[in-house]
Amino acid sequence: MNIPKNILYTKEHEWARIEGKVAFVGITDYAQHSLGDITFVELPKVGEILKQSAYCATVESVKAASDVYAPLSGKVVAVNTQLATHPELINQSAYEAGYFYSVEFLNQAEQSNLMDAASYQKYVEGISK
Amino acid sequence: MSYVPHTQEDIQQMLSTIGVKSVADLFKDIPASLRPKSFNLPESKSEFAVTAALSKLAFKNATGLINFVGGGFYDHFIPAAVDALAGRSEFYTAYTPYQPECSQGWLQAIYEYQSIICQLTGLDISNASLYDGGTALFEAMMMAVRHTGRNKVILDSGVNLIYRTMLYTYTSNLSIEFVEIPVVHGQSSRQDLLKYVDDQTAAVIFQNPNFFGAVDDYSDMVEKVHEFGALAIACVYPVSLGMLKTPGEMGFDIACGEGQSLGIPLSFGGPYLGFMAVKSQFVRQIPGRIVGATVDSDGKRGFVLTLQTREQHIRRERATSNICSNEALCALRAAIFVSLLGKAGFKELARQNYQKSEFAKEALSRVKGVQVKRSSPTFNEFTVLLPCNADTVVQRMIEKGFACGFPLGRFYKGMDNYLLIAVTEKRTKEEIQRLADTLEAVL
Repeated sequence: MNIPKNILYTKEHEWARIEGKVAFVGITDYAQHSLGDITFVELPKVGEILKQSAYCATVESVKAASDVYAPLSGKVVAVNTQLATHPELINQSAYEAGYFYSVEFLNQAEQSNLMDAASYQKYVEGISK
Repeated sequence: MSYVPHTQEDIQQMLSTIGVKSVADLFKDIPASLRPKSFNLPESKSEFAVTAALSKLAFKNATGLINFVGGGFYDHFIPAAVDALAGRSEFYTAYTPYQPECSQGWLQAIYEYQSIICQLTGLDISNASLYDGGTALFEAMMMAVRHTGRNKVILDSGVNLIYRTMLYTYTSNLSIEFVEIPVVHGQSSRQDLLKYVDDQTAAVIFQNPNFFGAVDDYSDMVEKVHEFGALAIACVYPVSLGMLKTPGEMGFDIACGEGQSLGIPLSFGGPYLGFMAVKSQFVRQIPGRIVGATVDSDGKRGFVLTLQTREQHIRRERATSNICSNEALCALRAAIFVSLLGKAGFKELARQNYQKSEFAKEALSRVKGVQVKRSSPTFNEFTVLLPCNADTVVQRMIEKGFACGFPLGRFYKGMDNYLLIAVTEKRTKEEIQRLADTLEAVL
């Protein structure tokens, strides 16, 4: 299971990578693995205001559609348009090429609601047992 | 599951759970005047007596009239093979296949229906059908609203009033802002369109031919609509597509319409058939079921219900629509009807409708007091101006054995003397000439 050190995680298996005032967001390697082959993603619109823990995107795999929740509140700066034609990037590269969108976050304090890599690792191990 | 009715105790428990005193309280939103006075029904009658009473009622209908009424629903010939095939027990259910993989025959029929709709409209993706032309237009409009995230809709007033009313009713609790653009001399006002379309517009809706029968090439309008990032929706009469430029060729994003003219008998209240096709980029947004072709594990061709993740049984409140079903039996009739005609036959059908309608224009223009409106080209339906109220003329013509048309004053203000006349392939030269002669006699 790939759980990079420098990023933050949610219990719903989203991740957020902070770069200055902007956070890049996606779903974790664990999530993509559980979903199987991803066939489609519905992303938020640029300029949309997202709320932490509220719905922000939908991922479809062959038999299911799953909601994705925003790890941080903020305004969507850009979305990964590559995913429209290449949703498999999420399976191949969950933390890099398969990111969902970037958001200008509103409230730095919200980051304390997220887990670091070590806590997420423990959390995932807890689920697997 | 047991079929024991609820006991008084059960009923009391349910009522108290939802905080209502009596069952009657559940109906108190219905005004007393609309509630049944009594359930004390008359004595039962024998089957024979009931049949006789109903036949007597049915006889009150004016039947056997020579039909020149259109207005969105047309009197086309239906080959007997349509009834024979669609009535086969393997097919005879109006319902959508709920164990799709077991219903390969049904899925293939729907797949062929979809292919036919795509060919007729010149678009890439068709769904497995919707309830009727009005619901299809509503779904098309909502698709544009969802896709653009905007809520302004521009509606050409050449769109059938029945459909416009449906759009207003369906959206009465949604914040959709409608703007109607007028029709001038049979054509949509291009200037008004340009005045109203903006970057808040979700969709612009046209009907071709429009309610007055006028045919237009909307390519230039569609281009303008796209400049503002809005979607262009065409509501079309499928038989006319055997001859007219398709919505696809004009650049429309969505085409929809009433499929009754494809092998479905005229019937007050239906069942009718809504069809809908979109450009391939909207495959995730199109509502309703879609049948796809695939191969099984042995590599043999098979059919499946596909892309179901858009639908409400999976997506719940974020589904593309709350329509999760289709109008399978009517769609089957349409598929059989079009297949029986074939490509050449379908074109011939369209050609006959057009030519007979042009012949009727000629015949009627020779009637004293009748003015045939010729400002726009038409397909099989056109407008005439009478020297008196069209409603009255329609009444008089019924006595002479003709359903001579639709009085436009019922739908459009200030058009009381206008009559909308439709001529299908079923009308003979002789009937058309008699229409003209009889009209001359009653005026």
